[in-house]
Amino acid sequence: MSGLSLVILILGLALIGWLAGRMRAAAFRRGSRRRYSSQPVHHGWFVALWTLVPPLLFLVLWATVSPALVTDAVLTNPAAVHLPPLGFERASILSEARSLAQGQSYGAFHQLSQTLAPAYAAAQARYDWIATAIALLLAFAGGAFTFTRVGPGLAARTQIERVVMLLLLLASLIAILTTMGIVVSLVWEAGRFFARVPVADFLFGMHWSPQVISMRDPGASLGAVPLFWGTFFIGAVIAMIVAIPFGLMSAIYLTQYADPTTRKWIKPTLEMLAGVPTVVYGYFAALTVAPAVRQFAVSIGMANASSESALAAGLVMGIMIIPFVSSMADDSLSAVPAAMRDGSLAMGATSSETIRKVLVPAALPGVVGGVLLAVSRAIGETMIVVMAASGVATLTANPFASATTVTKQIVDLLTGEAEFDSPKTLAAFALGLTLFVITLLLNIVALTVVKKYREAYE
Amino acid sequence: MSRSLVPEVPTGTAAPIAHRPTDWTTQASRRRTRRRYAAERRFRLTGLAAVWLSVGFLAFLLVSMMWQGLSGFTETRITLPITLNLDITPERVAGRGGNLALAGAGLEGAVDAAASQAYGAGGADLLSDGAWLRVRDAVKADPDLIHRRFTIDVPAAADIDVAAKGEGTPAAEAQVARLTAAKALSRGINRGFLAQADSTDSTQVGIWGALKGSLLTMAVTLLLAFPIGVFAALYLEEYAPRNRWTDLIEVSINNLAAVPSIIFGLLGLAVFLGTFHMPRSAPIVGGLTLALMTMPVIVIAGRNAIKGVPPSIRDAALAIGASPVQVVFHHVLPLALPGILTGTIIGMARALGETAPLLMIGMRAFIAAPPGGVSDPATVLPVQIFLWSDEVNRGFVEKTSTAIIVLLVFLLAMNGLAIYLRNRFETRW
Amino acid sequence: MTTTSPKITARNVSVYYGDKRAIDDVSIDVTQDEVVAFIGPSGCGKSTFLRTLNRMNDTVASARVEGRIELDGEDIYAPDMDVVQLRARVGMVFQKPNPFPKSIYENVAYGPRIHGLTQSKTELDAIVEGSLRRAGLWDEVKDRLTDSGTALSGGQQQRLCIARAIAVEPEVILMDEPCSALDPIATAKIEELIHELKGRYAIVIVTHNMQQAARVSQRTAFFHLGHLVEFGATSDIFTNPRAERTKDYITGRYG
Repeated sequence: MSGLSLVILILGLALIGWLAGRMRAAAFRRGSRRRYSSQPVHHGWFVALWTLVPPLLFLVLWATVSPALVTDAVLTNPAAVHLPPLGFERASILSEARSLAQGQSYGAFHQLSQTLAPAYAAAQARYDWIATAIALLLAFAGGAFTFTRVGPGLAARTQIERVVMLLLLLASLIAILTTMGIVVSLVWEAGRFFARVPVADFLFGMHWSPQVISMRDPGASLGAVPLFWGTFFIGAVIAMIVAIPFGLMSAIYLTQYADPTTRKWIKPTLEMLAGVPTVVYGYFAALTVAPAVRQFAVSIGMANASSESALAAGLVMGIMIIPFVSSMADDSLSAVPAAMRDGSLAMGATSSETIRKVLVPAALPGVVGGVLLAVSRAIGETMIVVMAASGVATLTANPFASATTVTKQIVDLLTGEAEFDSPKTLAAFALGLTLFVITLLLNIVALTVVKKYREAYE
Repeated sequence: MSRSLVPEVPTGTAAPIAHRPTDWTTQASRRRTRRRYAAERRFRLTGLAAVWLSVGFLAFLLVSMMWQGLSGFTETRITLPITLNLDITPERVAGRGGNLALAGAGLEGAVDAAASQAYGAGGADLLSDGAWLRVRDAVKADPDLIHRRFTIDVPAAADIDVAAKGEGTPAAEAQVARLTAAKALSRGINRGFLAQADSTDSTQVGIWGALKGSLLTMAVTLLLAFPIGVFAALYLEEYAPRNRWTDLIEVSINNLAAVPSIIFGLLGLAVFLGTFHMPRSAPIVGGLTLALMTMPVIVIAGRNAIKGVPPSIRDAALAIGASPVQVVFHHVLPLALPGILTGTIIGMARALGETAPLLMIGMRAFIAAPPGGVSDPATVLPVQIFLWSDEVNRGFVEKTSTAIIVLLVFLLAMNGLAIYLRNRFETRW
Repeated sequence: MTTTSPKITARNVSVYYGDKRAIDDVSIDVTQDEVVAFIGPSGCGKSTFLRTLNRMNDTVASARVEGRIELDGEDIYAPDMDVVQLRARVGMVFQKPNPFPKSIYENVAYGPRIHGLTQSKTELDAIVEGSLRRAGLWDEVKDRLTDSGTALSGGQQQRLCIARAIAVEPEVILMDEPCSALDPIATAKIEELIHELKGRYAIVIVTHNMQQAARVSQRTAFFHLGHLVEFGATSDIFTNPRAERTKDYITGRYG
């Protein structure tokens, strides 16, 4: 019986259990004026859960364990004596036999796979029957046992609610699992990288050209400093030169000068800048901005301006980041107590003087937090640099030249047919780990700064 | 009282300072005031300029995409007079396997021959590679055409199409001029764009494959991220005790929401593809990866929505004898749902536009057929845009922008829905 | 009057919030068919004590209750006491009316539904109508049972909350300053309602308003700084209080 029909059968049994439990509970309640803490519906769910969950758990467990069991059974087959010892070839023969047996492929490279395939099919069928029998047995047992327990003494609702709470808790734990997963997988792969390449070479080396990695000294061409510089230059310098003035002045205008209708329409429009997918920004940067920047560079006399300049990527990135800065600045400015503003105005200061000398200094922690979050976002940005910047790592301070970033290199390293284990692919994980740590630190600092500020005013 | 109200300055010899109000009418004073007002005006104008320039950037981006992409919804067609003399009967055409029969009977060659006849030696090159399919569809609709002479508008080749829309090579533009003079050129709606999958020919290319991939991926993402996110938000807001563990969960979630999306791609690569050996570039892997990325967003939105439900409702429900689970599921959740849905839609919109994590899990291959299910290789719309942006052919420039328009329309619809929901259902307590 | 055994007996009850003691060694009885009023200055613990009677203090993590409280002889803080049923038997009306944001019908029907008190829709309709009648609200809302409960006026909302509490057939009704958010006319209606209800339920009402206590209750308890200072017949408390502090409070020296 196929997996799907087995699951459907179990679901059907659970439904029967639900109806039976509910009916039985309604029966013992009939005619009695006593109050019960569990309603018939709860009894129904109680029976249904015990019918459904044990077999499903068993099936999940079985799915992880059974391939090994089946393989063991196949190995007892006389033909298996011819298998090569533990290694890549052995595994590929076995997996070929498996896919032949399951009907997923029709031809085979190895003669042995053809011979073993029937053994596979037989073993699989045998174990499938065992699994079906056990699952159905669990379903019936669970259902019958709980059905007999349905009665006035059964705290069905409490049990059900405990299960619900457990589900809620499990859902929350997934968040921790994800974080752990990220950290563990990055650290693990990066660890394999640092086993081959010394950390110092990676973090402080000035030369990055992953196409030519020598086996003797891989660290010599995997120095990431140009990448760090490129990321910093494009994301933290150029982008911020655009984003901070536009973002801050927009926030100032919208909170201090604009009338409510303008603010109501313009604020969401600015947020839209953050909603445009980065691939669109990247395309726009590559198609329109980069050639324009190059024209400009040529016209002011730079002969070898790149068409993949850092400036093009940085400008577009800055535009994308504007709403991050403006929205945090907006919140911080609005949170400054009106009393401060009134006090300054009442002294005869103009609005601009009030803003420059009173409000912005008061809102500064929030603005700084917003800038840090924006930098963190810019550093982690991928598509704009992939499409508009180059892959050549240089250490230039010339915005019209090309530069590359950590994120672009991650993408480049992982495309192409390199083995999963080479220093090239592992380097991507090392870069990823670095990126993760830096953005995490920036976010923590930003949130601490903002939180401290909020406490000061409340 | 004759005592002066001004405290004495403790230097013995100095006379007490007479307190006079400032004279605002002096020249110097007036000049200062004027300068201050001028500075005020400049500052205000700078702010206004910042706002309008920022909005202008957005407008410029959108307009330039539209400008380049709108024409992608149209195709250039060439009028082709054609007589098919194929060895096939109308009944065979109308029956099952008619497509195969027509192909076998040499329809494609006949179309090319007709083109050469009408337009000279290079005539077949004027037509798109898929032109014969258009003829085939016409013949299937009216099988009697196989023995008649008829004219049909078929799609033009990529370089003609590009030249007709204004950007072609001199040779192509010459052809266009010739065809226009012969009144053989026309424009029509490119219906194939939304229905066809990827192709190497820019006149035959469509986004259906990528759209279907996006839909499947979004479905997986939603099915995973929404329940987990909502349940986690409920637990953290309603039931979690205040201890080290729950603080840790909260910090993890807040940080996850700010992690760059490419890191999730690396996670997907290492765990889903590396450890679990799931099928590369399949919607199920993409959906799993994006779900991990979207879940924190839903949790944070959910927590804010739940926080907005007033405690008096919970008190009233408890006092009437509802259990804590009943309080949450009968009262809190329904009231928090609009906020949760708004946050979910915004999170999904962000996931729809994501490219980098999906590149990491392999969705960057050329997929010629739309995926059949969640474990078939697929691509998504933003990745398709990225892949097309690399193409050299000028026709792809246009189509990339057209695909961008489709993507932006979807995003606009989703964000609009979120805003509508928020305005309609947000209750003020 | 026949001496009926008390509905609620509280013996040596102390309530702590963390280390802070909010209620100190209070012992009190509430019998069937009577209204007991808790009076005292702000912060003296009367609401806190009221909330121990239906274990609403359980919702505060740092709250700890010592002593013994019995409902019909059963210890309500025993581990096997079903809190959900307790709260159906001891209903509560809050200071600020808090109807659910559902229809008037649903507000009243919710309790009977979750406690499984009815088998059919007609039974449920009957309970809803009966509760609304007993709360004096039926005539005003019988044509608009599907309107939202929050669309009613303040006084009507409070009567709706009373109807909601009545619908699960409680034995005791606790009222925590039920009229303090209402205008005088609505207040008068509620007081009239309390008078009618005391025939069926034991009622404990916390009030800031001494005249209200004098009007509605048969016995009054005076709380001060977490202590039960004096407890006796309302007429005695107000005309001839024994404790000095009671006299000072009654005469308006403080509070």
